[in-house]
Parts: sequence; structure tokens; C-alpha cells
Amino acid sequence: MIMRESIVMKIHYGTALGAVFLVAIHIMMRMTMDFHDSLQYENVIANYEMIGYAILLELILILISVHGFNGLRVILLEMRQGQAYEKGVTYGCIAAMVVLVAYGSRTIIMTNMGMV
Amino acid sequence: MEKENKAKEGIKGWINPAKYGKFGIERFAWILMRITGLGLLAYFIGHIYETSSILDGPAAWESVLELTQTTEGHIFLSLVIGMCVFHTGNGIRLMLVQMGYGIGKPARPDYPYKPQSLNMKGKACIYATIGIAALAMWYGITVMFG
Amino acid sequence: MAVVHPKISEERPQTIVPSTKNVTLRIKRSNPEVSSEERFDELIVPVEKWTTVLDALLDAKSHLDHSIGIRYSCRQASCGSCGMKINGRPALACFTKISELDSNIITVEPMDNFPVVRDLAVNFSRLINNHKKIMPYVIREDSEIVPGTGVKEILQTPEDVEKYIQFSSCIKCGLCNSACPTMAMDTSFVGPQALAQAYRYIADTRDKGKKNRLQIIDESHGIWRCHAAGSCSQVCPKGVDPAMGIQMLRSYLLGIRD
Repeated sequence: MIMRESIVMKIHYGTALGAVFLVAIHIMMRMTMDFHDSLQYENVIANYEMIGYAILLELILILISVHGFNGLRVILLEMRQGQAYEKGVTYGCIAAMVVLVAYGSRTIIMTNMGMV
Repeated sequence: MEKENKAKEGIKGWINPAKYGKFGIERFAWILMRITGLGLLAYFIGHIYETSSILDGPAAWESVLELTQTTEGHIFLSLVIGMCVFHTGNGIRLMLVQMGYGIGKPARPDYPYKPQSLNMKGKACIYATIGIAALAMWYGITVMFG
Repeated sequence: MAVVHPKISEERPQTIVPSTKNVTLRIKRSNPEVSSEERFDELIVPVEKWTTVLDALLDAKSHLDHSIGIRYSCRQASCGSCGMKINGRPALACFTKISELDSNIITVEPMDNFPVVRDLAVNFSRLINNHKKIMPYVIREDSEIVPGTGVKEILQTPEDVEKYIQFSSCIKCGLCNSACPTMAMDTSFVGPQALAQAYRYIADTRDKGKKNRLQIIDESHGIWRCHAAGSCSQVCPKGVDPAMGIQMLRSYLLGIRD
């Protein structure tokens, strides 16, 4: 799958803008009550069980994974060049992205469905 | 290619502190963007792993909180807040610059050939972002330490 | 006709203070064709307040060490031959006065990110190849003026010229490529010089090759590896401001400009 670099960078900028907005909401949720209380087990579970909040977390997970690993890919591509290396970096970052999204989604979905 | 590999300045071109006095705040913002980006990615991966402990019940969650809700944990988190605010603010500035806003208009160059794109607006935005990040870190510390 | 004798003006006697002082030139010496050894030679040269780094180097070459390898030509910042690193910053030797440097020790080294030929002279093949890659000429179907058609020239308004004239001042000195942090690591990066020239032609109303040029630079080591660090514009001796050109070029690829 070969995507033009301009499309990849538009995705990079789009995910950045989306993530800024959603992470701001995520942080503000910690301020709906005392910071230390908001981290208590029951309150965290209650947050996850709200479908809207679960969707918010899932979106943050996807947006930041894409943005973060694409940024890492850019840095690694600048550090060294060569066809095999560049392919390895690109596919490695995509794989890491998928693994992180899968692992995080597992937490969100299982907690939201009460499987804790 | 081998000639080019030997010719390139290498990682010194990125991390040599002497460079940052010679090239202006924009270059400093560039390297800070990289450092904060990598730092935030590392934090994000740790955060996803840390929050997955909720699946193992209250005891596991409490033991993770014991690790993070410490003085060192709070200081680390305030650094993360600072990195996040800087990366966001500078990222927005970069997006605007890369769309062609705030870089001036082409004009016939004249001595002393001051570059229009490296103007006071851009520099002020970078300094403002660093200032806001510092403020956010301070606010985070006051919240976390009660 | 009466002869008018010029009045001898009354001159007060003055003490002329000599502005000559000595500075130490630290010149990086190397000859990659012979060995990988690099060293700094220290030579003391007298300078006046108007002496440029190039003047000092040529003085050292004439009187102290004939073997110093240096490239220069016009001595007036027109040809771009004498680019080098002066006290850690890429600059034209002919355009940098010793007095501006505020130091008695002047360290001169070959430009970064260029293979060294000998001492201060570097190989420009990569810059030239990247420059050729972006097709640095006006592209249009009717590029030949056909006699008898009544067309004598392709007209441009002063406003049309203002859009690109700044970028046409490029003298290919390579200082921007030397200063660029991406060029420091990425040997496949096109470089700020080529990207600024790509914009110069795209912004030229006579040119019809925008689509081709944008396709060439829209790749993983093209325009997207520029991160607006601005070092290229900091060091450009002709006010080309490559950073501005690159961001304006990027706005085409992002769909902000047509």
C-alpha cells in the first residue's frame, strides 16, 4: 500500500487537530471533581461505562497512535536512508500503531462492557 | 551515497547546543518539537499500559496508582503537561506557517537581507508557547500537590 | 583669462590611529583523497576594519601557506563560490567582515553536509543534482518564439514579477543546505535550495510545469521533510528566504493555494 506523502501529512495534521480537541475534554474530565478522587477505581470505572466517554477514549487512542507513530516514522526516516530500512520503518510503525490501538481498545471495550 | 553519508553532519547537526545560539529560536523550537513528540509518544505508550491495569481489578489499579501518585510521579506528569502544551502550541503555529500564514509576502530583497519569514510574530508565538507551557506545568503542580 | 588659485584649506594636524590588528585564523585542513586526517592550522594575519574573511584567507595563502585549498571568484557575494563555515555558522567569506565577528580567533571550516574536496573547497554535485531534479527552467509548450506570429515576448506585470523575483536571487552558494538540520542527517532530502527554486518557477506566471514539479517534491524525502526550522533563511546572503518559498510551496500541496 503506497500512499502519497502529502496524504500522509494531511492525516498527520488532521489527527493532530482532532487529538488536541479530544484530549482537552479528556483532561477536563479529571477536573469535574478533586483530581485525586477522579483517579479512584470506582470513578474511573464509571467514566469507562459511559458510552460517550468510551468513544472519546477510543478516538483519542486512534488519533494519537496514528499521529505519534507517523511522527516517529518521520524522525527515523531522516536518521537513515535505504530502501530496506525505509520499508522496515514504515511497516514497523504501522504495526506498532495497530498493536497499540488493539491493546488500548481491549481495555476500553472490556471495561465499558463491564467485563472487569 | 557513501560520500554523502560521510559528508553529512550527522546527529551533531541535531543535538549540538552550539548550533542553537547561531540559528535563532525557530531552530530551538524545531528540536524541542522532536524531543516533546518522542517524550509524549513514550508517555502515551506507558499510559495505555498503565490504564490497562483497570482490567485486573481494584488491587492492581491501586498498586499502579501507588507508583504514579508519588512526588516523582507528579513531577514527571507536570513535565508531560509542559511537553503537551508546547507540542500543541508550536504544532498549531507550524500548521499556520506551513499553510503560508504569518510568513510575509515575497518582495524584492534589499540589504541587509533580513528574512521576512523569520519575523517577530513567529518568534513571539514560540516564546508565548514556551511561557504557556511553563504556566501549565505550574498549574499542574498546584493541582497535583493539592 | 584670470587664473584662480585654489585656496589651501586650513587643515588641523591629526593623529591617524592605525586600525590594523592581528587575528588568528584557524583553518581546517584535510585532503580526503590522500588520508582521513583532519587538523586545524593556526595562522596569524593582520586585518583592517574592512578586511573580509576571504581577504584574510587569501593573505594567509599568499604569505604564509600557499597550500590552503579555497574556492572563490567574484569577491562581491555574486558568484556563491566562497561559502564556508565561519565561527560555526555558514557564510560567504567575501561577505563577512572580520570586524563583524567580534573575535580575535576566526575558525573557518568547509560547509557541513557537502563532501570535502580539500581544505575549504567542497563538492557541489548533490546540490546541482537536486537543483536539476526540480527542472529549473520555464516549462511551456510555446517556449520558442515563432517568427511571423507577432509574439515577441511573454509579458508579465510588475506584480507578477514581485511574486518570484526574490527567489531568483539565489546564487547556489549552498549555505542553506549546509545550515539545514534535515540535511544534517537525511542524504536523500532535496534541500532548501532546490525547494526554493521549485517555488521560483511555480510562482512564475510564464511557467506551466507546476503539476510536474509538485509531483517531484511530493515524496518521503521531498518537501515534507522540511520542518520550518528557518536556518536556511537565517544564513542566506541574498535575501532569498528559502523558508518562505518552501512554506508557500507546501500550501499548494495542502490545497490552500491553487
